[in-house]
Amino acid sequence: MTSVITEPLGCSDAPILKERGQREVFCGLTGIVWLHRKMQDAFFLVVGSRTCAHLLQSAAGVMIFAEPRFGTAIMEEKDLAGLADANEELDREVDRLLARRPDIKQLFLVGSCPSEVIKLDLSRAAERLTDRHGPHVQVVNYSGSGIETTFTQGEDACLAALVPTLGVTADKQLMLVGSLPDVVEDQFVRLFKAMGIEAVRSFPATERGLAPKVGPGTKVLLAQPFLGDAAAALAARDADILSAPFPFGADGTAAWISIGARAMGVPQARIDAVLETPHRRASNAVAKVAQNLRGKTVFLFPDSQLEIPLARFLARECGMIPIEVGSPYIHGSLVADDLALLPKGPLISEGQDVDRQLDRARDARPDLTVCGLGLANPLEAEGLTTKWAIELVFSPIHGFEQAADLAELFARPIRRRAMIDSMHPARVTA
Amino acid sequence: MKLSVWTYEGPPHVGAMRVATGMTGLHYVLHAPQGDTYADLLFTMIERRNHRPPVTYTTFQARDLGSDTADLFKQTCMDAYERFRPQALIVGASCTAELIQDDPGGLAARMGLPVPVIPLELPSYQRKENWGASETFFQIVRHLAKPCAPTAGLTCNILGGTALGFRHRDDVAEITRLLEGLGIGVNVAAPLGASPADIARLPAAEFNVMLYPEIAEPACRWLEREHGQKYTRTVPIGVGATRDFVAEVAEITGMAPPVRADESQLRLPWWSASVDSTYLTGKRVFIFGDGTHALAAARVARDEMGFEVVGLGCYNREFARDIRAAAKDYGVTPLITDDYLDVEAAIEQVQPEMILGTQMERHIGKRLGIPCAVISAPVHVQDFPARYSPVMGHEGANVLFDTWVHPLVMGLEEHLLHMFREDFEFHDDAGPSHLSGHAKPAPKLEIVPDAPAPEGAFIWAIDAEKELRKIPFFVRGKARRNTETFAAERGIEAISIETLYDAKAHYAR
Repeated sequence: MTSVITEPLGCSDAPILKERGQREVFCGLTGIVWLHRKMQDAFFLVVGSRTCAHLLQSAAGVMIFAEPRFGTAIMEEKDLAGLADANEELDREVDRLLARRPDIKQLFLVGSCPSEVIKLDLSRAAERLTDRHGPHVQVVNYSGSGIETTFTQGEDACLAALVPTLGVTADKQLMLVGSLPDVVEDQFVRLFKAMGIEAVRSFPATERGLAPKVGPGTKVLLAQPFLGDAAAALAARDADILSAPFPFGADGTAAWISIGARAMGVPQARIDAVLETPHRRASNAVAKVAQNLRGKTVFLFPDSQLEIPLARFLARECGMIPIEVGSPYIHGSLVADDLALLPKGPLISEGQDVDRQLDRARDARPDLTVCGLGLANPLEAEGLTTKWAIELVFSPIHGFEQAADLAELFARPIRRRAMIDSMHPARVTA
Repeated sequence: MKLSVWTYEGPPHVGAMRVATGMTGLHYVLHAPQGDTYADLLFTMIERRNHRPPVTYTTFQARDLGSDTADLFKQTCMDAYERFRPQALIVGASCTAELIQDDPGGLAARMGLPVPVIPLELPSYQRKENWGASETFFQIVRHLAKPCAPTAGLTCNILGGTALGFRHRDDVAEITRLLEGLGIGVNVAAPLGASPADIARLPAAEFNVMLYPEIAEPACRWLEREHGQKYTRTVPIGVGATRDFVAEVAEITGMAPPVRADESQLRLPWWSASVDSTYLTGKRVFIFGDGTHALAAARVARDEMGFEVVGLGCYNREFARDIRAAAKDYGVTPLITDDYLDVEAAIEQVQPEMILGTQMERHIGKRLGIPCAVISAPVHVQDFPARYSPVMGHEGANVLFDTWVHPLVMGLEEHLLHMFREDFEFHDDAGPSHLSGHAKPAPKLEIVPDAPAPEGAFIWAIDAEKELRKIPFFVRGKARRNTETFAAERGIEAISIETLYDAKAHYAR
């Protein structure tokens, strides 16, 4: 992997504070909440405990009640007693599920903390069930457990598990990796096509039949900074993983698209010609929203691994001053370009010891704190202004046309805070 | 293994969290992997709490397994004590930690902390949230309650309220007021609002009010056995139950009968008797929730609102016996299940005119087009109202009337729907007029004559189907079902307008 952006400034060499303690983050199972919407013929079957089921229900927030395409096979006492029984039980539940849902073409067996601790071998189960239900249904397993994965790493694990199922091609193609909202994906594809690149594939695809192929001609452009394992699996299939800043903000998007296009042999002049209008439109839109953000301090708690690229966007395009940029895990090679572009200054932290981090946030009293739902109301009650990090994962924020929306996600709580303070200068919290 | 999509109850350690979060001065050290912290947001978001739950998670990872998870637990325990300085600690394991068998209780006991350490054994693969809450509260009481001198005046304890409980905050306040009216003070309300020091002086009260049996029963039984405190069995939800509760309190405390609370603020009886409520009479309701709230709702529905109970069930098996007994009395088949698909099927089958249920049944109601009022946990953020809104005592009865009537089509509107069926405003998709801000325009009647009938279904003649659609949406399900039952009993395969009206006449009441 070769870095294209080499700016001497930035946080490339900044020391990283590695924290080890209580983590106020979701586990990888949570990724199912968006993955099942993206892959429309897939079912995600968590093999886990009542806690796993309760997490999915709570994390989904609003329940998508029309029988969703995910569920939990809840292990009971007798499943723990003997693995043979557990396998039998799993087969029975899968038989029942597939009989009831003939629309399912891909079944993901998702490992959880308890299934891993009792060493229930889901890869063997996946093979066994593929023999039984294939070729109509493809059964793949991955781990979304909290002992192995944090929040967005669940998508990484899922995509990495899918890579071996992809067909082979030597054709030259550009592969966009990471589940993007349809509207964003369409925008990217349109821009690449305008540059003459017809072979743009998306991974994951919306249906199993549309899954891309992979091989030595494949140039991979990662759309998310948390896809380290998926990238490694694609590299093992001879794909070339491109290094780029992530497509957040006008400049980030321009750089990301340019790197993809150059790798596909498009001359710079043509790239510039296509990007000029949308880039300018996005910059202008961001600048308007950024008026409310300029000079304000921001503290990012670890959540989705998007923190470093987002801090880069907030600092460079919105004029904010990051105080701490926390990430549950830092893929050094994937975020190298974003780190280089992030102006020196903030504390970069990896992992979490939530109480100590809260102490730092209280000391710093940032103008905006980006954090998870478990922390937001308590911090608001202490007088801090917060932005729910999860909204950054559940909203279209990539690309030119969403750049101002992304800035607005940070501007809104600040505007709202001023409004609330004038409406309710004295308020009792629950 | 059992496939589950939505669950009525979380795991038992979430029950323990509800107890800990309701209390002050108590801290819970939970041996758990990363990710289990999701439970915090139930409290901070759904209940809008201004503090994080007093829970510290050890957050072990795969690489810790087999090496130092026990040390990690001890370190976490020490750090949590140092930082939060609680009056007492509860310690335990979530589902994954239960499997690695580190024995958090034993580890913590040997650390020599200067405060009581209460170990919790909550078997995650057998038990659920309510049980976890009741066991946790029982263990806290068992470890902390000490013999003490009786309080000066006549007092009781109100036991069972927790964080994230359905209307617990206001129920505790309402019952406190009711008891004050009888000249009885409240020594301690717990767990909600109590500290470990408060728990220690529980035995000072004369008796206990078991507000929520799901949570308080084991503690009440133990306090009766060890400290001679009697406890109330009646849950004061509704007019009759509140009167029974007052009578029970009078008996326990030896007050001379007749004892009657001041009912000047109780409005349900007149609201129910007034002529506008004519349209409530005989409404067919399906009731599902936790055992206590379902039983109470059934009594209020039949005996105080004049509804007909057509279904009754609960998701917590611990109350299966009570529900079965009550179901016999109401003449319905009891439904004991924690699978919402079973509940949906049962509701679809009896086609009630209204559902009294949990947030799950609200979704079911939405799908089936049946109005629903929420009477029990699990509930969502909108069921934690800003206003004072108990379901117990006198104000609670008033609240039940309002809450249950709200989703229904109002009296005269119901008549108008009967009279003018294809009206542009009063039509099927509009729903009750006071609830739909953006009534959709009346859809064109579309009948596909060649649509194949599903197996076992009846063939409805086109004009019969059209006639059926003229029946208002809130009784159409019943009409269809009655007609089909009528047809089946007579071996009629094709349903005509005549069959429809024959059935109507047959079932006329």
